[in-house]
Amino acid sequence: MSDVVTSSPAAASSPAAPTGAVTADGRGGRTAGTVFKAVVWAALLVVLLALPLYVNEFWLRTGFVVFGAIVGAIGLNLLVGTTGQLSLAHAFFLAVGATTYTYLSGSPGGFTTKVGGLALPPVVGGLLAVLAAGIAGLLFSPLAARLRGIYLGVASLGLVFIGEHVLNTWTSVTGGFNGRSAPGFSFFGFSFSDADKPYLAVLGVPFGQSERLWYLGLALAAVSYVFARNLIRSRPGRAMQTLRDSEVAAAVMGVNVQAYKARAFFVSSMYAGLSGVMFALSVGSIAPESFSLAVSVQFLAMIVLGGLGSVGGAALGAVMVAALPLVFQQYADSLPFVAGVGEGGIVAGEAARFLYGAAVILILLFQPSGLAGLPQRFRRPRRPAGEVTAFTPGEPAQGAAPAQKTEDRPTQSS
Amino acid sequence: MTQFLSLLLNGISLGVIYSLIALGFVVIFKSSEVVSFMHGSLLLVGAYSIVRLQDPLGFWGGALAGIAITGILGLLVDRLLLARMRGAPVISLAILTIGVDIVLITELTRLIGPDILNINHPWGGQVLHLGSVGITANRALAIVVAAVLIAAFFAAFKYSNWGVAMRAAAEDGEAAALMGIRLGRVSALAWVVGGVLAAVAGLFLVGSPTPGVTPAVAAVALRAFPAAILGGLDSTGGALVGGLLIGVAESLATGYQDQLAFLGRGFGSVVPYVVMIAVLLVRPSGLFGTRELTRV
Repeated sequence: MSDVVTSSPAAASSPAAPTGAVTADGRGGRTAGTVFKAVVWAALLVVLLALPLYVNEFWLRTGFVVFGAIVGAIGLNLLVGTTGQLSLAHAFFLAVGATTYTYLSGSPGGFTTKVGGLALPPVVGGLLAVLAAGIAGLLFSPLAARLRGIYLGVASLGLVFIGEHVLNTWTSVTGGFNGRSAPGFSFFGFSFSDADKPYLAVLGVPFGQSERLWYLGLALAAVSYVFARNLIRSRPGRAMQTLRDSEVAAAVMGVNVQAYKARAFFVSSMYAGLSGVMFALSVGSIAPESFSLAVSVQFLAMIVLGGLGSVGGAALGAVMVAALPLVFQQYADSLPFVAGVGEGGIVAGEAARFLYGAAVILILLFQPSGLAGLPQRFRRPRRPAGEVTAFTPGEPAQGAAPAQKTEDRPTQSS
Repeated sequence: MTQFLSLLLNGISLGVIYSLIALGFVVIFKSSEVVSFMHGSLLLVGAYSIVRLQDPLGFWGGALAGIAITGILGLLVDRLLLARMRGAPVISLAILTIGVDIVLITELTRLIGPDILNINHPWGGQVLHLGSVGITANRALAIVVAAVLIAAFFAAFKYSNWGVAMRAAAEDGEAAALMGIRLGRVSALAWVVGGVLAAVAGLFLVGSPTPGVTPAVAAVALRAFPAAILGGLDSTGGALVGGLLIGVAESLATGYQDQLAFLGRGFGSVVPYVVMIAVLLVRPSGLFGTRELTRV
């Protein structure tokens, strides 16, 4: 008993030791730092809002893909980075979301393979899809709650292959091997696809599908970001972090381990479901090969690059991993090491995979807190090497400070 | 009945190949706490180097060289990457191997391209008949070679200095280090063994009746994962049993595909994962794995 109490908070607080002075939940006075941050955020938001007026369709389409990836990455990060449950099943939950949306909102028909569909309004279909993915996560969680660490990682691997098999087999819903097209999105009559939309122009720029989807993606990504950030800072978030640092310590502190694991899976899968819906919208169709193990690995790469446990880091990683192949593809001619399709040499997709594969290795070796931890590295004197663990949370001040507080209390009273 | 026996025999031959791969996982996990998600690509590296080297060196020379290359690759991964991260969380180590896997598999896919490369096994694609039960010479030989290798492995594990050192290191790394066992050397050797076993498995896995070397072989090798998990990640005997179980289950499901039509075509390749999840539901640490106890 005593062993746990003394050892685990120490482990949790060690990365935070140099930052201990930061207020626990950011509620402290408005320092220059917070004002600076607010300005940066506002500037970023303005730029993102104004972008569709200036850039061409390629960037807008890439943007929507990236927004979808950000949502998915934030979700996986809540599970892997914050709660410490290694999951390779993210692609499966993406598939659940994408397929449910396509089935519920799609219309029955199909040319070669007959597919069913309920033709519900896309908003309803989307919401139910997110819920369905969450429920799939909940169904998996009894297994997840019993398995520890690496066993969970491998068991979740199985889910991806089983999911792919179902996608290939359940033709009436998924369209089978060739997939089926996904219905466009509309919001109470406001269409987000190029079909049946009234002409709309803002400041002389016609707003077509890609412009509209950009704003939809931006809104969804922003909501996902804020929700995850608040979740991590809240009581459940701290419980999840304690769970990651030590299950025993968490149980001793009164955290219901099984319930919290199940909830983490639930939330993370809902994120994955939303990301899946956005994927279906961005591609316009779904097919089993879009939800293979490689996709799970890609999401894992995103959160490792960004920094495990950091919401902003996950978003940053998602931008890199999701945008790289598309950008390489677009600018293959002007990039020296990337060849166009059929030219021999390294094509865009491969170049991107080499890059983020190597980046994952290098980040884990030399910068375990990921991109999110970079500013910290330059701001403060370097910590002794021994203290740095790969699971240094991105925002250590929030995660560790309360643990430290609870630990201090008995010491002060005695 | 004949069909059943034939499927069973082929399942066993597939199973011993899975066992070889799974043994590699287990040895690596025991000695260094690393779960190698790169075993699929490691196996593919072995198979691919054998294909490329069999022309200049002949089949036997190519096979030996390919197996050696894979062993050395394992060694390099351990020495250059994992050795720098000793003591990092298990999940970080696993993700590191995923990173290596991304790079390796991308390069191999690029090298192999859309072709199917064939290893010219001297035993070719002929079929042996035991009564009415048929099995390809390749698979029959796989059973023999795997049996020899596995027996040699268990003997070494039990009696050799390395085996004793490794069991000590797995039991309590710190105490073993204090007793003068070099943990770095133990894990390096484990990676070599893991690489060699994977390459040998690859040699047989790409022979008849399966088509030759394609990037998809890496996915086949991933099915050894359920085998290792099923038996218990830290149990060498478990890897053997798990491999056989998975192999037989897969073979039967593929063979009786018509009777199992309601589960969809190609269900055989998913069976390993279904079996794994079913077993894990009942025994979260696998059949023979040590249960994790938490002492407070």
